Amino acid sequence: MKVITTPLSNTDVEDLRAGDTVKITGIIYTARDAAHKRLVDLLDQGKELPFDINGQLIYYVGPSPAKPGQAIGSAGPTTSYRMDPYAPRLIEAGQKGMIGKGEMGPEVVEAMKKHKAVYFAAVGGAGALIAKSVKKSEIVAYEDLGAEAVRRLEVEDFPAVVVQDAHGGNFYVEGKENFVKSLS
Amino acid sequence: MRELNVQEITAAVKKMCMASNYDLGEDVYNCLKESRKTETTEVGKNILDMIIENADISKNEQVPICQDTGFAVVFIELGQEVHLIGGSLNDAINEGVRQGYIEGYLRKSIVEDPLRRVNTKDNTPAVIYIDMLPGDSFKITFVPKGGGAENMSEVKMMKPADGEDGVKDFIIDRVTRSGANPCPPIVVGVGIGGTFEKSAMLAKKALLREIGERHTDPYYAGMERELLERINRIGIGPQGLGGKTTALDVFIEAHPCHIASLPVAVNINCHAARHKSATL
Ligand code: SF4
Repeated sequence: MKVITTPLSNTDVEDLRAGDTVKITGIIYTARDAAHKRLVDLLDQGKELPFDINGQLIYYVGPSPAKPGQAIGSAGPTTSYRMDPYAPRLIEAGQKGMIGKGEMGPEVVEAMKKHKAVYFAAVGGAGALIAKSVKKSEIVAYEDLGAEAVRRLEVEDFPAVVVQDAHGGNFYVEGKENFVKSLS
Repeated sequence: MRELNVQEITAAVKKMCMASNYDLGEDVYNCLKESRKTETTEVGKNILDMIIENADISKNEQVPICQDTGFAVVFIELGQEVHLIGGSLNDAINEGVRQGYIEGYLRKSIVEDPLRRVNTKDNTPAVIYIDMLPGDSFKITFVPKGGGAENMSEVKMMKPADGEDGVKDFIIDRVTRSGANPCPPIVVGVGIGGTFEKSAMLAKKALLREIGERHTDPYYAGMERELLERINRIGIGPQGLGGKTTALDVFIEAHPCHIASLPVAVNINCHAARHKSATL
């Protein structure tokens, strides 16, 4: 198990390999489809993003509303391939990693190799458990999007697995192959 | 003729919105525990532990199992001797959804129009299916259906010549292509026969069965067992990270069909396989 602290440097990213189990501590930002569209529109217009994306991780999540006393409601990952059209632009702008579930496409992998970024899987459908590692949550942009607003989360020991790394490693492929080999 | 006030339906729906999203059914929970014992990969065991712990937390703290608290899909079995009073059935169901999702801290995931995409902010409208039956009973089943697993579903109009083997291969292929996206371990609902839309309905209804409940026809029961075994040899495993536990169960429903057709629908559900029923 590796402990990682955000923001990430290129060296931090290069040290991570597909299959590594990690715990993430520090600040992470949230965004889903609608927020990604707005962020990329800003880049297209040459405007500033609502937060400094350098070295940051973006978590693909739309949490449920917090109950009184909770920092955040249930907060598991959403499916990442829907962000494939946007992720390369944000990686180019300095984003160092994504947290989501399910494989990301070849255009994202290319950007990850070129600009050094890493993709982590969180446990889909374990929203109540993951919420325990979120200590603070505040909306930093697009409040009108509700669950899809951009949030700044303070996380402690957020459990994840490196699934696609900056070297082209893909644990979705390797993990499956290892299991199939173990059958014969 | 029995009178039933729709207010009772609103109250029942509201309760089920919350209960289904907080408490994973015992059948699914027990199957996850059994699967943990037979899982062979370390990462798979680790993920199953987290999924089980998550279900414990959501139940104890009455919080959603998953942040995607779903599209509200409602199945009604309406006895034809029941007279509904006090307003419209659809409005009563939607009011229950509205109250349940707002008061239960559940996520509002519905947009008013598929292309213009403005959130309705109360998770309405529900998708409602009504079956008329003889008698005077009234049963509601509430299914919050998550988007990730729904997106991995498919209907295919196959050729009768494709036969049983073709159908099985299509199902395996659909699961393989889904990979980690539908949050495995998954539950696979299959509808074979009927028309284009009937097959999809059958697949969705198949997901209402309890884990472990086999088809009453031994032919389909055997096919369910065989498919489950084949799926759990693909290697996708918990969350797609490799392992045995790709699916918890496979349910097939079949229906008479046209001499020219062989429709097959696969509706995928995630490990957060939620549903609750009530009889009023
Ligand atoms: S597929 Fe199911 S478990 Fe996964 S995020 Fe969607 S609703 Fe939750």
